[in-house]
Amino acid sequence: MSLAFTQAPARRWRVPGTTGQIALALGLAAFLLAFLLVPVGSVIYVAFTEKGSGSFTLINFADFFRTDLFMRSFWNSAYVSAMTVVLASLFALPLAYITTRFEFRGALIIQTLGFVPLIMPPFVGAVAMQLLFGRNGSVNLLLNEYFGFRIPFMEGLNGVIFVQAIHYFPFILINLSAALRNIDRSMEEAAQNLGSSGMRMFRRIVLPLAMPGYVAGASLVFVKVFDDLATPLLLNVKDMLAPQAYLRVTSIGLTDPMGYVIAVVLIVVSVLAMWVSALALRGRDYATTQRGGGGLAKRTMRPWEQVVAYGVVGLILALVLAPHLGLLLLSFATIWSFSPLPDGFTVAHYARVFGESSVYIKNTLIYASIAGLIDVVVGTAIAYLVLRTKLIGRHWLDWAATAALAVPGVVLGIGYLRTFYDIRLPDGTPLATMWIVLVIALAIRRLPYALRACYAALQQISVSLEEAAENLGATKPRTVRRIVVPLMMGGILAGFVTSFATAAVELSATLMLVQSNADAPLAYGLYVFMQSAAGRGPGAALGVIAVVLVAACTLLSQYIIDRNQKTTGAAR
Amino acid sequence: MIRSAALAATLALASFAAAPAALAQSGKVTVVTSFSKDVTDPIKAAFEKANPGISLDVQNRNTNAGVKYLDETRSNPQTDLFWASAPDAFEVLKSKQLLQKFTPTAEGIPDKIGAYPINDPDGYYFGFAASGYGIMWNTRYVGANELPEPKEWNDLAAAPYYDHVAIASPARSGTTHLTIETILQGEGWDKGWQTIKDMAGNFQTITDRSFGVPEAVNSGQVGYGIVIDFFAFSAQGSGFPVKFVYPTVTTVVPANVGIVANAPNTENAQKFVNFLLSPAGQEVLLEPSIRRLPVNPAVYAKAPEGYPNPFTDPRFKSMTMFDVEKSGKRTAVVDTLFDQLISFQLDDLKSVTKSIHEVEGKLKAKDNPQARALIKEARALIGAVPVTEEQASSAEVRAAFSGGKEKGARQAEIEQQWASFAKDNYAKAKAKVAEAAALAN
Repeated sequence: MSLAFTQAPARRWRVPGTTGQIALALGLAAFLLAFLLVPVGSVIYVAFTEKGSGSFTLINFADFFRTDLFMRSFWNSAYVSAMTVVLASLFALPLAYITTRFEFRGALIIQTLGFVPLIMPPFVGAVAMQLLFGRNGSVNLLLNEYFGFRIPFMEGLNGVIFVQAIHYFPFILINLSAALRNIDRSMEEAAQNLGSSGMRMFRRIVLPLAMPGYVAGASLVFVKVFDDLATPLLLNVKDMLAPQAYLRVTSIGLTDPMGYVIAVVLIVVSVLAMWVSALALRGRDYATTQRGGGGLAKRTMRPWEQVVAYGVVGLILALVLAPHLGLLLLSFATIWSFSPLPDGFTVAHYARVFGESSVYIKNTLIYASIAGLIDVVVGTAIAYLVLRTKLIGRHWLDWAATAALAVPGVVLGIGYLRTFYDIRLPDGTPLATMWIVLVIALAIRRLPYALRACYAALQQISVSLEEAAENLGATKPRTVRRIVVPLMMGGILAGFVTSFATAAVELSATLMLVQSNADAPLAYGLYVFMQSAAGRGPGAALGVIAVVLVAACTLLSQYIIDRNQKTTGAAR
Repeated sequence: MIRSAALAATLALASFAAAPAALAQSGKVTVVTSFSKDVTDPIKAAFEKANPGISLDVQNRNTNAGVKYLDETRSNPQTDLFWASAPDAFEVLKSKQLLQKFTPTAEGIPDKIGAYPINDPDGYYFGFAASGYGIMWNTRYVGANELPEPKEWNDLAAAPYYDHVAIASPARSGTTHLTIETILQGEGWDKGWQTIKDMAGNFQTITDRSFGVPEAVNSGQVGYGIVIDFFAFSAQGSGFPVKFVYPTVTTVVPANVGIVANAPNTENAQKFVNFLLSPAGQEVLLEPSIRRLPVNPAVYAKAPEGYPNPFTDPRFKSMTMFDVEKSGKRTAVVDTLFDQLISFQLDDLKSVTKSIHEVEGKLKAKDNPQARALIKEARALIGAVPVTEEQASSAEVRAAFSGGKEKGARQAEIEQQWASFAKDNYAKAKAKVAEAAALAN
């Protein structure tokens, strides 16, 4: 990624961009080609081949539409994704609004805690949730004992919606909060001067201006849920698309085109959803020119408002953090089986993982931070090219990067082995066994998150600020460095945090690419523990360590965002 | 900003890249395994103690991913051993020439356990522990819901078990596949499918990995699970309130280890195999967190009381003869049938089964021969299979599942046919049961 910004000379040909921009675009294209398109292509081309002859055909897609199971899965996936966006919005809107619009004690903590559900370690998280909300989880056991009924939180499609909304609503929260912080106070003041206030001002001024952030979050939730296989599989719901692709690719369908046909369908729908969300924002200008007070004015609440606000926030947090509470209990539990609470408590599990987890922790931090860094650099660059230049085919960069969201981790993992295994390092070991390949896989998988955040941030910055800088003699690279990136900082950090946190608990690509224990991240350690009855406690302990670790890093970056905004605000 | 960040990333990469690579040293052996840490850690410790200077590096992958991994990395293998339960995975590796021949030095290991040969006759892989299949249940769950304790597969089809049973999909779990195949071989194709589908009507869930079932039973989310024995024994060993039974139609199958072809550390790999089969290695299997059945009969002398011994226990003598070749031929067909007729039609199948249980309950109080006949027809419709035993292992059906080499029916086409066969049959059965219900009232 050492793409130098060559000085763009003033001469303008018919080419719609500076040489620097073209070089950047080509560099990005090469990166995506090498680490996404070629590896994935090496696996999914099977979707377009005819059985027996291997020649090109679309018959497999016809089969897809002729098969009841796949069509049922398709509609189920669409329904679940849409409903999850609705439910996740219900969780995220109050949290984002209350913490950014009002003087609210503990806003920073809430922003961080509200983010924690995204860090759900694989396997243990599922066990913890079953123990709380499952058919014989704590809640239902108590309900059944005292009231004689159960609530099917975790059954069927509605169960998937419930769990997905809890898991992914932070995408909306984090992007919406970043957008709300980015709205200039002068807009609000202008509205107040014109006599608007309260809900009306929120509806007509604040919410519309924050729309890019909300849409970025909501579209991410939609696509992520559409492509997610972990949650449906944990609830043993199989008639959804992503699980169908996964189940086929990992079993009898390995050589059959159908698994890859589904992967192609997933990719097409994901890109389509992103395109529609871009369409929804098109033709409107979300940028504000003035950069005055650094975010919205924070109002103090009246006492009764405080009660309501704290009540709402407390309720939402209790619900979305319940799985983590379950995880914490599980990590201290001796035996927990068919009872509301564990039989006893112990710290032995932590003692067991303490010695061996340090290598996992170190690897996770290194891998996830490098992956996050790659993501925000690439994400910012793509967002800039798409929104600020007229280069031909710039949207393809965006779409290609977004498609990564829909590529099952297993497919990417196999693709990497195929593409990079035969490239030998000087000492004869294959390139694919280097841990850096795993990092790049993580970065590619999380790139869409960072990209959406950077994209939304840039949408809110008026191009006139850059024009002003250029009129004053700044070169394009200098403008980007001194004006664009600093103003996007909130969004970039939001992107980094999302990529970092989710990469830290990523499993599927990891499992295919990890070559030895010494190079393994936390998620792999968890997987290893969670294959046996005795490993459940230590696995939960490791899960808690992962969550605390990632949450601490998140808190740190939230703190930096806040401090940055205060200092930039004060400096003016 | 962008440039400096990129630079920083590049620098970070360069400095870290050096560290893990420095680990490569001579006294090492790498094993790809599906076994959990609780199994590998004690064995690793014992092996390293017995062979000072050699360190065992464990790579965990599930069986399918492990096979795939060895296949993708065959041009330059970095691993020395493959170590997993399912014998069919080793058959696949052997047929792809991914394993190498070896003659272990261990003595005192018989040729067969039950009816199953312990080692590959051609010397490509070796059984090191035996496992049987059966039913485990959570005693608290069963107690709280006042449910019975099962003895045979058929018991699980009875009304009280409705919505209380879990199984892993045979397509994803090598061990469940063997369970299903055992029932099919033990009871015959048609009767076997009837048994399986009668049970399946009572399933609460079908998980996508083997350990999902014992996990659900351990935590009390489901009552009963169809599992391989050590899942239950190790759960008991860790203190979970679970019990286990071997039904009469079951089989004991060895878990295996094999040396990868062109392994970088072949000599150390051979040492590991020899250690695993030696009395010292076999004794590690008795640890509470592992609890597998050693293949060396002498080791059972050191086992705790009540430990199942397949070499002396008469139950294991009567167990089914297992035909590996037959099973290997129709693996994909059996697994796909299970998924298309059961996994993906579970809601329909359960709803018919539930109504059958209700009607049968009423018939017990007040008999009605006409209604009984209708129920019998409904059960036959549920149990029907779209292919015969001969067709299941015929070349044309198998070809659909073998990948893109020959022309012929596509997997998706056949699946759709089977799925609609099941859907129609369940709907017809539902209508018969409704008729019977009207008569029984």
